[in-house]
Amino acid sequence: MQKVAVLGAGMTRFVRRSLETGRELCWEAASAALEDAGLTLEDIDCVVLTSAPDAFDGVHMKTEYLLDGAGAKGKPMVRPYVGGGSGVMAANAGWYHVASGRFRTCLVVAEERMSPTQPHPQGAFNAIYDQFTERPLGVNLLWIFSLEMMRYMQVYDIPLETIAKVAVKNKRNALGHPASQLGAELTVEEVLKSEVMAYPVMRLMVSPVTDGAVALVLANEKFARRKGRKHVWVEGVGWALDTSYWTNRDLCYPEYVEKAALAAYKMAGITNPREEIHVAEPYDPFAYKELHHLEGLQLADKGQAPRLLEQGFWDRDTTTGIPASPSGGLLGVGNPIAAAALMKVAEIYWQLSGKAGERQVRRNVKRGLAQAWGDLMQVGTVIILGV
Amino acid sequence: MDVKLRGTALREDDFRSGKVLAAEWRGKIDYRWDAGVAIGQFLNALKEGRLLGRKCHGCGRTTIPPRMFCEKCFRRSDEWVVLKDTGRVNTFSVSFVNWDASRRTTPQVPAVIEIDGASPGMGILHLIGDVGTTLEEVLAKVRVGLPVQAVWKPPEQRQGEITDILHFRPL
Amino acid sequence: MKEKVAIVGAGFTSLRPVSPEASFRELIFEAAVRAYEDAGLTPQDVDSFVSIGEDYQDGTCIMDEYTPDQLGAVQRPVHTISGDGVAGLGVAWMLIQTGQFRVVVLEGHSKASNVRHPAHVEAMALDPSFARVHGWHPSFVAGLEMRRYLHETGTTEEQVARVAVKNKYNALKNPIAAYPARLSAEQVLGSRPVAEPLRELEMAPTADGAFVFVLAAGSELERCQGRPVFVDSVAWISDTCNLPTRDWSRAVYTEKAAAQAYQLARIREPQSAFSFAEIDDTFAYKELQHLEALGLAERGAAGRRVEEGFFDADGPLPVNVSGGALGCGHLFEANPLRGLLEAVLQLRGQAGPRQVPRARRGLICSWRSVPTATGGVAVLSRRK
Repeated sequence: MQKVAVLGAGMTRFVRRSLETGRELCWEAASAALEDAGLTLEDIDCVVLTSAPDAFDGVHMKTEYLLDGAGAKGKPMVRPYVGGGSGVMAANAGWYHVASGRFRTCLVVAEERMSPTQPHPQGAFNAIYDQFTERPLGVNLLWIFSLEMMRYMQVYDIPLETIAKVAVKNKRNALGHPASQLGAELTVEEVLKSEVMAYPVMRLMVSPVTDGAVALVLANEKFARRKGRKHVWVEGVGWALDTSYWTNRDLCYPEYVEKAALAAYKMAGITNPREEIHVAEPYDPFAYKELHHLEGLQLADKGQAPRLLEQGFWDRDTTTGIPASPSGGLLGVGNPIAAAALMKVAEIYWQLSGKAGERQVRRNVKRGLAQAWGDLMQVGTVIILGV
Repeated sequence: MDVKLRGTALREDDFRSGKVLAAEWRGKIDYRWDAGVAIGQFLNALKEGRLLGRKCHGCGRTTIPPRMFCEKCFRRSDEWVVLKDTGRVNTFSVSFVNWDASRRTTPQVPAVIEIDGASPGMGILHLIGDVGTTLEEVLAKVRVGLPVQAVWKPPEQRQGEITDILHFRPL
Repeated sequence: MKEKVAIVGAGFTSLRPVSPEASFRELIFEAAVRAYEDAGLTPQDVDSFVSIGEDYQDGTCIMDEYTPDQLGAVQRPVHTISGDGVAGLGVAWMLIQTGQFRVVVLEGHSKASNVRHPAHVEAMALDPSFARVHGWHPSFVAGLEMRRYLHETGTTEEQVARVAVKNKYNALKNPIAAYPARLSAEQVLGSRPVAEPLRELEMAPTADGAFVFVLAAGSELERCQGRPVFVDSVAWISDTCNLPTRDWSRAVYTEKAAAQAYQLARIREPQSAFSFAEIDDTFAYKELQHLEALGLAERGAAGRRVEEGFFDADGPLPVNVSGGALGCGHLFEANPLRGLLEAVLQLRGQAGPRQVPRARRGLICSWRSVPTATGGVAVLSRRK
């Protein structure tokens, strides 16, 4: 198995509606990543290009249309598509392209353009539900999150105020992120007073519809060593998909995240994640989800992530805890579905390389993970990077 | 990250005012899905005012929605089971937002309802009705664990769809 | 040292124009049960699962959600590739080559009959700003390409029609084929024009069905039951689908994929390397274009060779002895899996009345259909 290094990363601004087309967004991110890696397209053997529902860009088989912008013309291109989990899965797919020995280098690009969908991108998600037993009910994407959040709060007795603090933390973290349009200093009261979307979800607990793209460059060890600098390596990857029968599961705990995390830890030789993971980017499309995922990632006991949040354990400047979402996450930077998770992978890369600028965590970091979630509360995708 | 970030933000207004060029397309994206054996039976039973589950002798689970194969045991499931049309709320929400993100004045109350007669934890997605029109009213009437009962459409209005049940109401 | 990769189990359903008796879950379950039985394995023996598909071909946003249950893959590593069967095969191959996954399952299916307006779905793949705005039936892309191909190569319309005749005739011997027929070239040429020079009987009609394959690393073969068929190489290439800038007569994506696949499988003389080939024929002219891109015929000579019977089932190089998409049905992304199944059966000597004598190495060539310029090439061989 070939060792795989991350040589560079790039991204666009994350905005509610971009002037740029999907192709142009891909190009901006891909060329920024190549520039960061000190490479050109000639050095790239293959492309992993991901984007989540075709319904957003409004193009069927959308990566065929986007591929010119992602540098994939005339190259092998694969699109892994696992809903919201796609951004981390794309990095994992880039890993297997290179680790298999089939390709020396891989350009990983994640794009999402949600703004084209009319009347509102949220509507595109209606079709995620089962067409016979669920869609006729007049379903809404928010339901599956609010139902899960209610269950999680009930089973573990978690106050709404604590969940609101995730939004406060991440939006504050995002003030240091140049791509973000949503960084803000909020109070818990402001979050709790924001309009009720689907109780217990309030507006300021939800990451917004966003357009954007992110790219990474991966390479095998031989290629990476030519570059001469200290590298960030992929140490472990994992993914798992739970049953589509989501109403038959207890939503209070994400088993699929646990399975994905355990697979990644095993590959990385990690036996004590709470000691060996120094920084984490858990997927945070909704405020409570970050906590839910931190538990699935084994970084906190079931029901305990909220308590640790209250203690400052997940704060960016902690020296005794594990900084979570130092980027500002989806809540703070934005949520262009597939690109959002790759943004989190890029953040771990920047943190481990000491390139995170204002967002650099205080504690010494040698190993970090990024995690994404997707589908009907089903997909867990995890990647562990280390120096 | 030292690279200059690009990406130009537009506003909703920029489209309406014609500041940017845009192309629109509306296609006939329609499907007629084959329900197959399990769901076909399930939908037929709904027309008759019944909820059907399917039992697997391998793991002993009675599942709803029914499936002809057990995804845990990876074998064919074994028998049809007529379930009750009552259950308990596993989780619920109070939604003031429509599918297209427009606001509602009165809420919808989606819920996962564990159906009596199926194995524990076997829930279906449906709506709870007759529980009030404000957040406060609903939160006073609905809780996790609440026993509920299906409210059916009259037989002549049933189509063999999940909406043959109008909603569930507190028992 | 590169690990060998083999297909040790193949499962499938028959291919039919409509399949109202079974949901997609039930079709895939049937194929999966057969595949595991064939391999002598259970889902617990599998390390990773790969599914191929496209949302709009199924009518579900994020079709990945509905993949694990019918494969026995709940809470296991499963992921979906929006790509065709050759790309899926490539992914399965790479997963095994990492050394982390010893047994991998590949699944693909079609419920094309459930799409009420396939032309609208196909049109949705066109560039929204420049190509879709015309409102033309998307087959215009194939019509344009066919026109240019005929013009540059001197291929005649009769020669193209013979591809449809050959493939539908071959399908008569394939029990799972959806559209076997004994046609004449005149009937094909007399069929309704769709996007001239493209005619209706030159377009593969859609069908429903499912395929599941079990692949294993060479070191795992002892515990598998199915007779292994080796995947010597897999390559896939995406070229731009941008209409104004593409090559309108050559399948450049196939040329590049073939170059990679031949190099990896150490094939220097493609014209004598293969016992049979399963080549995309979603439109009859595509088979000819692909044959030339694969180097199995000189440029412009594929049409003549078809006319001469060179690629007939009993000819020197049988092409689409399964019946191809024209004879079996167009299965969207799962088309090459039909070809892969044929390759497995041929190389195991299990192809019955279709058996190519002494079959030892086969070729699969795929294309993702209008409006893409994406496709792949795979080389398979039996145990030496």
